[in-house]
Amino acid sequence: MTTRVADRRPLTLRVVMSSFLVLWLIVAAFPFLWTLWGSFKVEGDFFSKADWLNALTGPLTVSETGSSFTGSGYYGAWVQEEFWRAAMNSLIVVVCVVCISLTFGTLGGYALSRSPYRYAFWLLLVSLVFRAMPPITLVSGYLLPFFEWNLWGHLPTAIIVLVAINQPFTLWMLTSFFRNIPKDLDESAMMDGCSRFQAFRHVIIPVMWPGVITTGLFSFLLAYNDFAVTAMLLSKENQTMIPKIASFLGTTQTKGNVMFAVSSVISVTAPLFLLVMFFQRQIVSGLTAGAVKG
Amino acid sequence: MKHKTFLWFFLPSGMAMFLFIAMPIVSVLTQSVFAPHEQVIREVENCTLFGCSKATQIDQEATRALREAEPMGRFVGPSIYTDRNHLAFAEVAGIWRNASGLGNFFGQVTNLPFYDALSFTLTYTALVTPLSLVLGLIIALAVNGLPRLFRGPVIFVSLLPMIVTPLVGALILFWMIDARGILGAALQALAGDPGLSVKASTPLMWAMLIVYGVWSSAPFAFVIYYAGLQTVPGDTLESAMIDGASRWERIRYVILPHLLPLTTFMALIKIMDNFRVFEPIVSFSAGAHAKSLSYFIYSDLGGETRLLSSAAATSVLTIAGIIVLLSPVLVRTWHAFGRVRA
Repeated sequence: MTTRVADRRPLTLRVVMSSFLVLWLIVAAFPFLWTLWGSFKVEGDFFSKADWLNALTGPLTVSETGSSFTGSGYYGAWVQEEFWRAAMNSLIVVVCVVCISLTFGTLGGYALSRSPYRYAFWLLLVSLVFRAMPPITLVSGYLLPFFEWNLWGHLPTAIIVLVAINQPFTLWMLTSFFRNIPKDLDESAMMDGCSRFQAFRHVIIPVMWPGVITTGLFSFLLAYNDFAVTAMLLSKENQTMIPKIASFLGTTQTKGNVMFAVSSVISVTAPLFLLVMFFQRQIVSGLTAGAVKG
Repeated sequence: MKHKTFLWFFLPSGMAMFLFIAMPIVSVLTQSVFAPHEQVIREVENCTLFGCSKATQIDQEATRALREAEPMGRFVGPSIYTDRNHLAFAEVAGIWRNASGLGNFFGQVTNLPFYDALSFTLTYTALVTPLSLVLGLIIALAVNGLPRLFRGPVIFVSLLPMIVTPLVGALILFWMIDARGILGAALQALAGDPGLSVKASTPLMWAMLIVYGVWSSAPFAFVIYYAGLQTVPGDTLESAMIDGASRWERIRYVILPHLLPLTTFMALIKIMDNFRVFEPIVSFSAGAHAKSLSYFIYSDLGGETRLLSSAAATSVLTIAGIIVLLSPVLVRTWHAFGRVRA
């Protein structure tokens, strides 16, 4: 059907649409390519006063380092400024947040999808409101109690906070996913004498993985991309990658420091790039799952 | 499902949300009506050979004792809400009396810090939401006309601006529009003004933030619209064609109505997301030109003196703003649910 409609499109329309699409692709991809290329240059080339072409050819990079590509930005960020420590912290935070929030979310989402009562609806509505809270407003609520109870600055604190902020979204997504698994499946298991939990354990868990993986991708993105919570709740030595990049910006006075930020920006983007490459289908279906349900 | 089983299944998730979302809201509410203790001043008499003189000094010990006894601070009621940095009732009333016209009134009011942040946040939300939806729709229509082979790679590239960390994506754009970056240089050449700098101009800064907003949220609209286009009923399209509907009429009367529910859904999500705009302002170091409500809270919380009470008051006002924005949706969902039950 779609191809037939497409074939009948008049030529001018097709040309306009294609050129628009090409323009959009450039707008979407060029900034990343440009920054990737520039991250192997020195600051004088990436931010060139004389000529923007310097960022492509890199005359200063050649004269300063002897070759037209340099890894000094990466070396400075990862080794000198210990970006690897931030990367380790990010890894811990992200893995813990994804595991915990999926565990909580599958249990809660399953219960919400199987409950016929009115309170299940209210819980979903309340979590929609929670989903709308800007994280920074919650952070301003955490600071004082966390200082009082000496919880501020530790990784577990940030992890549990991110899990909680993640819950409303996870619940919505998994509830709509579990609703698509026929009720008969677990109910017939319970007829056969399983308890509710056994039915969940033996019947639902084996078939829930596609939905859980999709939801997990979005939990991953939330934890990985977070700035508000990790920047305000973690002490300097426990910083994750995103606040670390922001801290490079605060000290740009020293020459070359901005290149640390450029190279770490590329380091942070690379895993996301791979993620989209391998999980494009799941990301797209996850984005649309909520919309189709309305 | 029995109530008791439901409780056990929902408990971990419910506890997490209760402790770290509901309680902080309570904490923010209480903090916003308390202010830090002032230092305890003690009067001491210094007597020397030539007589006695009175002097005031800070009683460190008493201050510490007081702060430890009541860590919340002293109760000040709604005075933080009405002070100059928030709703600024006195200032707004003064401006209202002296302003020469409505335009002048709004111009002066938006110089006050809270209204400044509010006006940027609302402008950003009001512009970025529709613009990104329209851009997403056009991309979706264009991709839908492509041969199947090209669609995968095009979707892959289109997802990038959305998936990338907001702080990082905004930084990448910011470096390009730097006066020494490629886009900055291009702008200077276009305007014929070698001194032009986006960083120094408030309108350009607002425009750049909005461009970033559209860039990063159009992919979401695109993906949803694209999925919606796959489910457009073929029969309806075909009969519209047989009835002689032109291409534009088919889009206008068949495709757009089909996509309307998706549009409401996305508008809801995007309004929530855009209202909390925060990271791009940090990346663009735009604090001097454009503040959003979230950034306002962030700058109160950071820095040497953590202005917790002020941040708390702004947070409460922001939450109130969100609830006002969401209220039509909440009311509608509630009615819809009532219909289903009845």
